[in-house]
Amino acid sequence: MTGVLIRNARLLDPVRHTDELGDVLVVGETIAALGPPATLSAADGVEIIDGGAGRLWVMPGLVDLHVHLREPGEEYKEDIESGSRAAAAGGFTTIVAMANTKPVADNAEVIRYVLERGRSVGLCRVLPVGAVTMGQAGETLAPFGELKAAGAVALSDDGHWLASSRLCRSALEYAQDFCLGLHMHAEDPGLSAGGLMHEGAVSTGLGLRGIPGAAEDVAVARDLILAEATGGRLHICHVSTARSVELIRAAKARGVRVTAEATPHHFTLTDEAVVGFDPNTKMRPPLRGVADRQAVIAGLADGTIDAIATDHAPHSTIEKDAPYEEAANGIIGLQTALPLALALWRAGGLSLLNMVERLTTGPLGVLGMTCPGLARGAPADLAILDPECTFDLTAAALMSKSKNSPFVGWQLKGAVETTLLGGRATYRRHESK
Amino acid sequence: MTRLAGQHLLGMRGLDRDTIYRILDTATGFRDISRRTIKKVPTLRGRVVLTIFYEPSTRTRMSFELAAKRLSADTAAIQVAGSAAQKGETLLDTAQNLDAMQLDAVVIRHGASGAPHFLAERIKARVINAGDGQHEHPTQALLDLYTMREHFGRLEGLEVSIVGDLLHSRVARSNLIGLATVGAKVRVFAPRTLLPPGLAETYGCTVCTTLDEALEGARVLMTLRLQKERMTSGLLPSLREYAREYGINAERLAKIRPDGVLMHPGPVNRGVELSPEVMDGPRSVILAQVENGVAVRMAVLYLILGGGEEAAS
Repeated sequence: MTGVLIRNARLLDPVRHTDELGDVLVVGETIAALGPPATLSAADGVEIIDGGAGRLWVMPGLVDLHVHLREPGEEYKEDIESGSRAAAAGGFTTIVAMANTKPVADNAEVIRYVLERGRSVGLCRVLPVGAVTMGQAGETLAPFGELKAAGAVALSDDGHWLASSRLCRSALEYAQDFCLGLHMHAEDPGLSAGGLMHEGAVSTGLGLRGIPGAAEDVAVARDLILAEATGGRLHICHVSTARSVELIRAAKARGVRVTAEATPHHFTLTDEAVVGFDPNTKMRPPLRGVADRQAVIAGLADGTIDAIATDHAPHSTIEKDAPYEEAANGIIGLQTALPLALALWRAGGLSLLNMVERLTTGPLGVLGMTCPGLARGAPADLAILDPECTFDLTAAALMSKSKNSPFVGWQLKGAVETTLLGGRATYRRHESK
Repeated sequence: MTRLAGQHLLGMRGLDRDTIYRILDTATGFRDISRRTIKKVPTLRGRVVLTIFYEPSTRTRMSFELAAKRLSADTAAIQVAGSAAQKGETLLDTAQNLDAMQLDAVVIRHGASGAPHFLAERIKARVINAGDGQHEHPTQALLDLYTMREHFGRLEGLEVSIVGDLLHSRVARSNLIGLATVGAKVRVFAPRTLLPPGLAETYGCTVCTTLDEALEGARVLMTLRLQKERMTSGLLPSLREYAREYGINAERLAKIRPDGVLMHPGPVNRGVELSPEVMDGPRSVILAQVENGVAVRMAVLYLILGGGEEAAS
């Protein structure tokens, strides 16, 4: 039986809230033993990773609630294999695949296809999301029962808000029969129509039509009211404004069943990044103002926002190498999430264990799943990283088929050394060069 | 001073005060050429200037073409109706093809803000922005500055008021940058739905809450074109209401200083932003703006395509 002994590393466990030096022994697919530093020994044939007295950190494998894998339908942008490879290189072991494939995941066949492809690629646990409405057209409900039975873990028309309040109410009610949450892209299309970036002084200077923060706030407010009225489970995707953080915080305090995620780009960048017209700063929701960014960080720190999710959205140069107005929305994020989260921790935005929670227990909790943490008998889904390693991000180092990241050329700090999925290495940094 | 030779002209942003004055001074010499019987000098002989307009334009395109021809450059024009762009060619492909044709300068107008910047990063020819989306229209601002300086002899401290659709106006943005650079005192006014956020902090201008506040004591009243699309997008009820509430007529024009002038980048919606009497009246310098446009564009082409540096040194 194969195994890995990680010796004398810094172990970050978001479940027991511990942060201490120790050893982790993986045998087969599970964690076989944990112990104080340099106390565990390994049988012959077990790979030994020297943690260097805490130089390397070990945490449960990261979980991304919001990934566009583009398969089936747009494999020239990304497929389940390349997306899984990027995820593994980013320290992720579980990724949630959004439903806006071609065809849309509004039927069991697409859900099963994604699950099977994910398993056969074998680099990540790929969990599919089903659509809320047929074709994500916002008109008739998708078959939630069939989607759930096929393996969908959540429902979303991501990219489209459910503009019909009547349909949104029905969806929040009906989803409860199948214990599924609704992952909502909160954007009032009437307020955002024609918009290209956050509305503010920067959009004025660039002459790019603005998307007011109110486009998100109005949508979040309605969604929260309907979640409260129905008792349904609502998850707000990629929160970007100060007001929506405040609305979610207040709703949580009232006991509304709401969770939320924020992206690394929204907690790292502001609308100032758009100066220069780089199409890799264009996404929905847009990069917001300074106060919005601060509010998103505060929401991550106090738990108003449960999860860091990338909204990994690959686009080829056909969609992205164009004037700003014509370029597609979205950027990739699987390989930059961890270093950007570490940068947020270093800047004092949130505590280290808090950061680990937002990337592990937080997102699993959104799906109604529990993370076993670093525990004996738990599946050995682990991210092992060197937090001090700095590197210049190059397009060539990105495993995605698409290279649409605004962070190419940035110096990042914190590199994934090894990712283990069920005890098996899905990524090793020294082999990827 | 910003070096102009061999540079792109993408916007007023980045042009310092001395460079602006240098362009205006150079234009003064060229305007005289345009008033001669033989309106041509050999300065840019052998150079090729292409105009490519993705939006309709009469005066700007004509003005650039005349400017190039009066400097003896060869000109070519692409109008997008009927061109490859209508057949789905992307700006990226167009750029690569243009580059293969060994052009010296490309004058581009495009509906997308930042399109000239996109082109400039991808071709060897010098790019001159003839208006991009709602972003900038630098040669319009330069000709406006030229017209103001000609009339008042100075720009510093000049009381300029810009009124109209500020939200969608690239002319306003370029003027706001240029006027701030030369130290004019600028006030702006727009109907609330056409007022973009952050003007004061971005451009150092004063944002007025009433039209009268903008008119009182202005030496230059710059009015902007109102696009008819603004009615259908729910920003304004009707042209009639715009004319009634915000249009400049004789009574309103009387509120600016007695020696003040009226400007408009054209084309004017007669009876909407301006009443016919003020448009054709003695305060109007609208046609002077058009004449100065050719001279200013000659100066820009001349300074960018060479000759200028030697002449200065």
